Amino acid sequence: MTTSSSERGVSLGMPELPAPAYPDDVRARLETDAREIVARYPDSRSALLPLLHLVQSEEGHVTRTGMQFCADVLGLTTAEVTAVATFYTMYRRGPSGDYQVGVCTNTLCAVMGGDAIFESLQEHLGVGNGGTTEDGKVTLEHIECNAACDFAPVVMVNWEFFDNQTPASAKALVDDLRAGRPVTPTRGAPLCTFKETARILAGFPDERDGAVAAGGSAGPASLAGLKLAKGEVSAARVVHPRDGGPHDVGGDVHDPSPTEHLSSHDAPQDTSASDPAHPAGPTAEEGE
Amino acid sequence: MTVAAEIRGSSPEKLLAPVLSAFWDEDESWTLDVYRRHEGYEGLRKALAMAPDDLIAYVKESGLRGRGGAGFPTGMKWQFIPQGDGKPHYLVVNADESEPGTCKDIPLLFANPHSLIEGIVIACYAIRSSHAFIYLRGEVVPVLRRLHEAVREAYAAGFLGENILGSGLDLTLTVHAGAGAYICGEETALLDSLEGRRGQPRLRPPFPAVAGLYACPTVVNNVESIASVPAILNKGKDWFRSMGSEKSPGFTLYSLSGHVAGPGQYEAPLGITLRQLLDMSGGMRPGHRLKFWTPGGSSTPMFTDEHLDVPLDYEGVGAAGSMLGTKALQCFDETTCVVRAVTRWTEFYAHESCGKCTPCREGTYWLVQLLRDIEAGKGQMSDLDKLNDIADNINGKSFCALGDGAASPIFSSLKYFREEYEEHITGRGCPFDPAKSTAWADRTEVKA
Repeated sequence: MTTSSSERGVSLGMPELPAPAYPDDVRARLETDAREIVARYPDSRSALLPLLHLVQSEEGHVTRTGMQFCADVLGLTTAEVTAVATFYTMYRRGPSGDYQVGVCTNTLCAVMGGDAIFESLQEHLGVGNGGTTEDGKVTLEHIECNAACDFAPVVMVNWEFFDNQTPASAKALVDDLRAGRPVTPTRGAPLCTFKETARILAGFPDERDGAVAAGGSAGPASLAGLKLAKGEVSAARVVHPRDGGPHDVGGDVHDPSPTEHLSSHDAPQDTSASDPAHPAGPTAEEGE
Repeated sequence: MTVAAEIRGSSPEKLLAPVLSAFWDEDESWTLDVYRRHEGYEGLRKALAMAPDDLIAYVKESGLRGRGGAGFPTGMKWQFIPQGDGKPHYLVVNADESEPGTCKDIPLLFANPHSLIEGIVIACYAIRSSHAFIYLRGEVVPVLRRLHEAVREAYAAGFLGENILGSGLDLTLTVHAGAGAYICGEETALLDSLEGRRGQPRLRPPFPAVAGLYACPTVVNNVESIASVPAILNKGKDWFRSMGSEKSPGFTLYSLSGHVAGPGQYEAPLGITLRQLLDMSGGMRPGHRLKFWTPGGSSTPMFTDEHLDVPLDYEGVGAAGSMLGTKALQCFDETTCVVRAVTRWTEFYAHESCGKCTPCREGTYWLVQLLRDIEAGKGQMSDLDKLNDIADNINGKSFCALGDGAASPIFSSLKYFREEYEEHITGRGCPFDPAKSTAWADRTEVKA
């Protein structure tokens, strides 16, 4: 078997040959899906992210063949497609496991135990960050904040939520995955493989019975305030805030003019040159 | 008027105001049936009976402000869309919730996706758009499933598609899953990403209201902002203004997380305090005290226990030197090393910096090097001023708000916890035991 240029490191001399095409039947099937994706957008290029999810659902990662396919469908160069595919972290660049186990190690989860979970999983599985177990089942990664901080520490498997984990529960989870035992997320549907997940991300609804309803309406933490408000649990204690704070009623709502704040928080005033008298940013270069 | 009355109430029933979260505890809360049982799509009927310009004025008068962090008036954003320009207009909902600590839109979309869809139809009628997009971060597949299903239900019931409720409004709604990039939460980077490019912020002007998606007039709104609109239409702007303060009216989702006894979502009128939220929900975990917290995610300057009584609305938090942000109240107790926390956030910003502008790309890199050294006990006293200096060279000098966000934890932690940094330097290492901070630290039976 030949080694690819990326495995050899820097390649000198011969440029890489074009990627091999998909077999005809695969290509025909993917083209049908691709047409459906492209039809969702007023401009075909918008279909690129879902198309990359689609080719990932075919092979488990984004291959050169997959990128060539996207380029062909959208009339782009492979360089343009590669630039996009390498920007986003959800596109895998090499073969990996059926189950992507991501441990949140952003500050809050890390402090609450995410670091300890990640460390114990690395030891338990004998792989480092981004590594895949020998049986090809599990790829371990640390991930950034996944918007479930009230359920910390959080582990994601194929982007389904496993809330309030401990090192012991996480080890049991990966053991179950490797043994092929059914695994149920704390919120969300029974796990599908990484490829099947990628197809949902490409915009094709999960057709499995009960998949949408699985996991119930909301997780326990999501209901914490509601239960208090309905008097279903009694409040620990209720206090009055001290006086103070700008709660004085009156005064008009600030009415920004379009030039002052046309769009949002990151309007240029906030991010332009440090010395307004001597602007150094692009605004000055381009002029009005 | 109501601010004092509401806030000084004596029970959680009075302090909290579940609107968007009011029926999340019901079976199948995410379905159209349950949503309609709770007056779902009634706001839309009322909106369609108004002229679009009157609708924009109504939302403006309600005082609704953006819930994605900046607090820009939602109705104003809609008003900036030029009308009669002959170009297509677009509504893009920013559901790329990835700000560290922020966890409100994801549970909202999981339990109540139709509030967003109804809000989208109302907004599109107002700004005269016939194609809307929901840009959902890709890493939340359970939410994507429910959005797919909710959109299907809405089409089947005639709330999307052609001639909605006989109004003549045609609307296509596309759910678009992202692919993992924090920067795409920045609205112009989000638009580039939605156009199939690398998610990098755009130079403004032109602003999205003039040249957004496909260079056409575009409104980009946060999920919670749009999802709040149906209730305003259904129950009235006066009802909405009866909550919160004059400048920050209405209800919103506060997300409590970290070393607290009762983490979760608390929907309340704007202006509630962390002290009130903590006290009703059981406070910090037993035997521990609050050390530092963020009012709205890691990009908002941190607070300490001095700030427990700051009213959590746009003006209150601003006056205390931070930003309301996404109301992500991440609470850390005295077992937490602030240097460790800030180092981790800074590693995040360095990883997520898109590389387009130099101050952010280079600055976040060097901040990480310095912070790692300090945390490992290899720092020097002069590094602290250097940190401040580098942060100062990022803040306000980078292309978008990601850079400003990266500077916030540096400035604020040095302001409140400089001695702790110094201890890492003089003591040649971190004085904290991370094992004491874990969720299971005080539970003997689950020691790892």
